[in-house]
Amino acid sequence: MAKMTLEALRALREGKKAEIDRRETDGKDVHIIIGMGTCGIAAGAKQVLEAFINEIDAKKIENVTVKQTGCMGLCYVEPTVEVKVPGMPDTIYGKVDADVAKKILKDHVVGKKLVSDHIFDRPSTDILK
Amino acid sequence: MVKKSYILVCGGSACEASKADAIYESFKKVLEDEGLKNDVQVVKTGCFGFCEKGPIVKILPEEEFYVEVKPEDADEIVHETIIKGRPVQRLLYKDKDLKVDPKADKFDMSKIGFYQKQFRIVLRNCGFIDPENIDEYIARDGYQALEKAITQLGPDGIINEVKTSGLRGRGGAGFPTWIKWNTTKGVSAPQKYVVCNADEGDPGAYMDRSTLEGDPHSVLEAMTIAGYCVGASKGIIYIRAEYPLAIKRLEVAMAQSREYGLLGDDILGTGFNFDIEIRLGAGAFVCGEETALLRSIEGNRGMPTPKPPFPAVEGLWHCPTVINNVETYANIPVIVLKGGEWFKSIGTEKSPGTKVFALTGKINNSGLVEVPMGTTLREIIYDIGGGIRNGKAFKAVQTGGPSGGVITTENLDTGIDFDALARIGSMMGSGGMIVMSEEDCIVDVVKFYMTFCVDESCGKCSPCRIGTRKLLDYLTKISNGNGTMEDLDKMTEIGMAMKKAALCGLGQTAANPVLSTMRYFKDEYIQHVQDKKCVAGKCINLIRYEIDPSKCIGCTLCSKRCPAGAITGEKKMAHKIDQAKCVKCGECYKGCKFGAISKI
Ligand SMILES: Cc1cc2nc3c(=O)[nH]c(=O)nc-3n(C[C@H](O)[C@H](O)[C@H](O)COP(=O)(O)O)c2cc1C
Repeated sequence: MAKMTLEALRALREGKKAEIDRRETDGKDVHIIIGMGTCGIAAGAKQVLEAFINEIDAKKIENVTVKQTGCMGLCYVEPTVEVKVPGMPDTIYGKVDADVAKKILKDHVVGKKLVSDHIFDRPSTDILK
Repeated sequence: MVKKSYILVCGGSACEASKADAIYESFKKVLEDEGLKNDVQVVKTGCFGFCEKGPIVKILPEEEFYVEVKPEDADEIVHETIIKGRPVQRLLYKDKDLKVDPKADKFDMSKIGFYQKQFRIVLRNCGFIDPENIDEYIARDGYQALEKAITQLGPDGIINEVKTSGLRGRGGAGFPTWIKWNTTKGVSAPQKYVVCNADEGDPGAYMDRSTLEGDPHSVLEAMTIAGYCVGASKGIIYIRAEYPLAIKRLEVAMAQSREYGLLGDDILGTGFNFDIEIRLGAGAFVCGEETALLRSIEGNRGMPTPKPPFPAVEGLWHCPTVINNVETYANIPVIVLKGGEWFKSIGTEKSPGTKVFALTGKINNSGLVEVPMGTTLREIIYDIGGGIRNGKAFKAVQTGGPSGGVITTENLDTGIDFDALARIGSMMGSGGMIVMSEEDCIVDVVKFYMTFCVDESCGKCSPCRIGTRKLLDYLTKISNGNGTMEDLDKMTEIGMAMKKAALCGLGQTAANPVLSTMRYFKDEYIQHVQDKKCVAGKCINLIRYEIDPSKCIGCTLCSKRCPAGAITGEKKMAHKIDQAKCVKCGECYKGCKFGAISKI
């Protein structure tokens, strides 16, 4: 993309916001967001990322985007993963390993049920909402 | 079909002990009876913090948060909240003393989960966005503050908002940010600099690393705003080489910003030029001190220089320089966007806003927490941190790293801000918070910090170079059981002299851990000196392992585990430890299945 002007920046921001809103109302895409700070990676986040990608391929699960994000601050339960499935509450899972990743895909993403024992709370309200 | 509601029952170990299982079963039964089991899912979760008020139950999507729930409450919760959509008032968590002013306008209080003691300004994007994708930052109001700063506020308007906000530097000293900016802005010079201090040298601190890894653009945007405000065209981020991921994310972010024209010449077509470069530090603690940091960037040995001149007037290469900490910068875009008044409504009067702490040590839920200033240590440790590990008793918290001191039980309910911490003999520091339990020995902990200071003292001034060494010698002597009462007085004397005579903050504060623990834990020092005892069992020369012959069955396990060959005895006969050979490693003690070995 070329250098932006003020107008272009505004347009980009509004466009992105609209895209996010659309995603939330359309309700097609599943998002799996993995905490990939130094802490998460040290606890095995890369292996978890691989496990998600491999399993999504193997089971041919559609409309799933796997992304990375920074550290959420829940060091005691790293690696952490947030799962957003339309129609279900956004959920944060902690102490995720390859097996839990498979379980999340099977039960949560496909089966639309939360996975017991690994749910944690987002530490605070989003001040930008 | 998709479930419509979810009942989350906290299954953390504390809640588990207080009937989480019974609550879980009770919900299942009520749902079954009501024919709702296909519409509502009951799940057990990990620990939610708040263990003191457990068991916790959370209902989604209503976001109701219930505390001290009993199995009998399941019926009411299902009928009221799930069926009728009304909260069960008596079970809601109520916070008596809010640190966020509910009267502050432009802020919808109904959206705040009061039970969540955290309030995230600095970490607002960490865990939300992909740090390597600038579009995600922009979608969350990114670079809107820069836009506002340039098109609406102008340099004076920015100073005004930052002044109104009351923002104080988060690097440790708590100096008002607007004064620094205003000073640099007021000096006319052909070249000025904006520097970000990302050296983060306190042992146990990693707030700045996480911020840069999770949200690099917030710092880039803030530095650009600072550059515009004071009239600087160059920014430098000084970051330790031990932070490779943070460095990589910064590089990616800077490249994307340049591509978008948010860094470089003619930013957003406004004619303003600003670019940022990264300088790597080799990880010396003293290079976090601002004058040493600037010397290090200049290519000289990282040693502090006397102030004045202050960097704001004469800093990098003798040019006026704004230098701020990562966390200080990360607050700026929010202050510019939401306004200084909004920021001021959070936290305490003299220390507005929030502080990020790296909560580590003997705590259940270690991690990064961001709380409004004025939050008490009790809330941080028990409500957020989930209490002390293994149910041990709380002893103290060390804040401010090697420059700080301890906060003890008597100050658990003191609201934490810059001034309160200084009053009780500790300091905010950069935000490391190391929790100690009854299993930690004060002398041992202080010895750790003093060893660190001896290593990190640059040696330029003698109060610091010799003072830290002498203090460490005394501490070692005490932990070996050879200390005298005069040593304790000498330590205080040396510490006070260092405070007055050392050249920079490192030496002036290096004795703080000693002075602060002498104030709160003198008894423990005296115990080491007079009784030759270390109750926590950490000073190995003051402990002894012994085998109780009446309990020992002669299984020989301890003698096999002993690396020093200090344990002898016939099979099926009581064993004995040769104290002269014992290296106090504790392997025998840990291994004995019959509780026959004691630590005295
Ligand atoms: C020994 C010593 C180490 C320091 N280390 C750091 C550090 O790692 N990070 C930091 O931001 N400030 C550190 N400081 C504080 C800086 O000197 C300076 O106050 C800070 O960069 C100013 O930024 P602020 O106003 O945003 O807090 C240190 C100070 C001393 C005396």
